This record gives sequence, C-alpha cells and structure tokens, in this order.
Amino acid sequence: MSVFDGLKFRKVYSPIHNLDPRIKFVYVIAIFAVAIVFAQIIPLLFLFVLQVPFVLLARVQRQWLRSLRGAAFLAAFIFIVNVGTSYFYSGYKLTPSAVESAASLTLRFVVLVESFSIFFLTTSPDHLGLALEESHVPYEFAFAFTTAVRFVPVLAEEAQTIMDAQKARGLELEKGGLMKRIRNYVPVLIPLIVSAIRRSLELAEAMESRAWGATKKRTNLYSLKLHKGDYALLALTIGILVAAVYVRLYVPIPTIVHLL
Amino acid sequence: MIEAKDVHFCYANKVEALKGVSLTVKDGEFLAIMGQNGAGKSTFVKHFNGLLKPSSGTVLVDGVETTKTSVAALARNVGFVFQNPDHQLFSETVEDEIAFGLKNFGFQPDAVEKRVTWALELLSLSQYRKTSPFLLSGGERKRVALASVLAWDPKMLILDEPTIGQDHEQKEKLNQFILQLQEQGKTVVIVTHDVEFVAECNPRVVLMKEGKIIAEGVGKEILTNPQALAESSIVLPQIAQVFTKLSSLGFPKNVIDIYEAEKIILNAKESKQLP
Repeated sequence: MSVFDGLKFRKVYSPIHNLDPRIKFVYVIAIFAVAIVFAQIIPLLFLFVLQVPFVLLARVQRQWLRSLRGAAFLAAFIFIVNVGTSYFYSGYKLTPSAVESAASLTLRFVVLVESFSIFFLTTSPDHLGLALEESHVPYEFAFAFTTAVRFVPVLAEEAQTIMDAQKARGLELEKGGLMKRIRNYVPVLIPLIVSAIRRSLELAEAMESRAWGATKKRTNLYSLKLHKGDYALLALTIGILVAAVYVRLYVPIPTIVHLL
Repeated sequence: MIEAKDVHFCYANKVEALKGVSLTVKDGEFLAIMGQNGAGKSTFVKHFNGLLKPSSGTVLVDGVETTKTSVAALARNVGFVFQNPDHQLFSETVEDEIAFGLKNFGFQPDAVEKRVTWALELLSLSQYRKTSPFLLSGGERKRVALASVLAWDPKMLILDEPTIGQDHEQKEKLNQFILQLQEQGKTVVIVTHDVEFVAECNPRVVLMKEGKIIAEGVGKEILTNPQALAESSIVLPQIAQVFTKLSSLGFPKNVIDIYEAEKIILNAKESKQLP
C-alpha cells in the first residue's frame, strides 16, 4: 500500500502546506503540461530537480520517497517496454539514443507522480474541498471528491484487514503464475467493494439524518485568500510556462548522447 | 501449544503495540484475552498464526518459530476468525464460502463436500447452503465465517470479538459451542471485551494494557480483582459487583458464576444469615 502512503495527507505546518490549493493545482498542471511537451531527458531532469526544494521545504521527503518507490514498478515497466519496442523495431539493435529516449519517457512518468504526490501530501482534503467550492464547483461534487480522497487510507487499511482474514483461511496471494495471482485477489476485492458500498450507504444515511443539504446556500467559516507566497508560486508557474514555450520553440535541446 | 516469549511488535508507523509479552497457551486450553481498545490484544493474537511477525522475541506454534514458516502452513492448525465477517465473505453461496479454506489447503473434492456439510450442520446453517452469504443477517454471517474456519478442523481456534453484534441466544450457543470444542481437546483463544460472557464461560483470563500483560489467572480470580480490571477499563461482572457490595454481610467477594451465587444465597438463607 506504499503508493497510497505517498498520497496520504498528514498535518504539518510548512510554507508549502499554507499555499493556496488553487495555485498549487495550477502549478501541478503546469508541470504536467511541460512534462508532456518535452520528450528530451535534460528538461525533464530539470523539472524533476525543480520540485525537490518544495519537498524539502514541506518536510515530506520520507512520504514522498515512499510514493516514488511505489511508482518504481510501473516506471521500470515503462522503461523496459520502451527499450524493448525500439529494440525489436530497429531490427534487434540497441542504440544509446533508444535507451535515452526510454529513460526520458520513464522520467516523464516519475515527474508526474512526483508533482501529484507533492500536491496531495501538502494539501488537506478540507482545503481541497474549499478550493473546489470557491472555484464554483457544486457543493455536492466538491463533497463527493473530498470524501473519496479522505476514504483512500481507510480503504487501504481495510484491504489489509481483508488480506489478513483471507490469508488466515489459507489464501496465498503470491502463489502461482500471473493469471493465478490476479485471480488470488478476487477474495480480497469482493469484500472490499461490498464493504465500500455498504459504508457509502451508511454514510449517506448518517449525513441525511444530520440534515445534509438542508440549506441551498452554504457559507464557509474559512475562505481562501491569496498571500505573498501564492503570488510567488503563481509567478514561478508563469515563468516556467513562458520559459518552456520559449525553449520549445527556439532552443534546440541536445541529447545526452550528443553531448558525450 | 503456542509459546510467546518476550514479544515486541512495532507497526510501520512506529507505534509500539507490544512491549514484551510472554504467554504460553497449552493444548486444550480455553483462554480469554481481555483489555481496553488499543491494548494490543488483536495485534498479539495475530502473531499466533503468523499474520504478524514479532519485531523481537519469538512465537513458537507447536515448536515451530512463526518467522520460519508461512501463514498458510500455520493456518492449517491455527484457525483465526476475524471480528467482522464482512472482511472475508466473498463467495456466491454459503457452501462455496465454507469450501474456500478447504480448497486452499488442498482437500480432495469429496472430502470438501463432506466437511462443508459437517460445518453447516454444526452451526445450524444447512438451510442456507445455496444462499448468498450477503443476504444473511449479521449473526448468520458471523456463523458462516466461523463455519468457514471450523470446516478444516484446526487444532487451535482464535476468535476475535466473537460476541459483538450477537443476541443473547447466539452468545449462549457460542458458549455451548466452545465447551463442545473443549471436549474435543481443541485450544480456544478468544479476544473480547464482554466481561459477562467471560464470567459465564470461566476460561483462563489474561488482561492486557498498553502492550503488556498486567494480570493472568483463572477467571474467578481475575474477574473479581477490581484493581486489575480498573486498570484495563473493565467493570466487574454484575454478579461480582453484587457480591462485592454484600461482602460486609460476610459473603465471599470472588463469585462470578450464577449457580454458585444462587447456592451461597440459599445457604445463607438456611443458616439464618439472611432473613
């Protein structure tokens, strides 16, 4: 469940945690877009390194590393598939540039995981809901979204209990070939889904018995205001976007293979 | 036989749930582990079938160290019934649900059939054989979960909070059932808060608090020890409470059994101690 750990919010006070979630989200989307635009390894490396100060400032390095470790399997998969395909298509030749392009595609994935991980690690579900509401998303949707985010760790814990219960009945999850292993998870997934549905029905009843949706117009105790740090992040985001567009259009990007 | 020696256990979030627990559960014994929420009861019993491995210390099940074998191998002898049956039910029919463990342990199809029938009868579930477990009531689901473990006839049985959500009649049946298992020489370990249930069954009792064992002994002794119970946030069984209040009249304090209580009161009446 290490992937979930990397997305789990923990209350820490840091300059990054205090940033406005809307601006943070814009930043993440900007990084996302820039990572998609570039397929070369140097700008992607730059993007990767760019986020490290945020992680350190937010003091979430351990959880962040855990989320990267959780993504390692998929990253390795992307790398192998890319190297493999170019190997077969180029007539069974392995060129350094093929390896480099596979590495950059993998790095692109890692950058995406990295930025989303920072966002979710440093943004409380409450803040996120508030941001959605203030962006004029209907409250029902904002609520559904924050509830879903909030229940991820609960479900992860429940999945662990279910796995234990089935292991106690002799289920061996790691046994057999690939298909057998996938089938091994059926006794875990069914109780998990059933209990999630049951839980959501109970939650709906509990909410309605506490007059959820009684007033059409809701007000909030807290409201989001932009501070200095938010403007700084916004400026940085715009700066990254402008620089990315400029580099993409006018600067030829060398590959590592060429540099060597 | 289960032998735990100085077991420490730390969860991934650095919470030390067990701080040096040593306990021996003999073959054929009936043991209740009690204590408040978060005392480490469930964490401790999860070591008995290897679901958790000690951070330090050892747990031996029939002489085999749990770190040196698999959960599946241990589970064949140590049946573990979880608190919430919804954490394990997944099959289309009750019959399939009970057969699941048997198939995992490699029983032959005719043996599976025979044992499923046996387990269904044992827990009076025969009429639900072809029913979906999800359509049953809470108490029935709990019985299906129990049947699905009993089916492979493990030597030792661990029941985590077996009385939660059960009405009085079901508790009575569970008590009878545990006695029946005892007669067959099975080891039964229950984890519970239900002091009245424990008073009625009168097993050996272990009290836990903050990852340590703070008291152990026969039920009659532990359940009438107000200090030890208060430390574990457990109240005395009602009979013991009455007898504690009556102790100024010369009644013994350590009574937890209804029949014993009745006898003492009748004797007192006869000897004119009571009007």
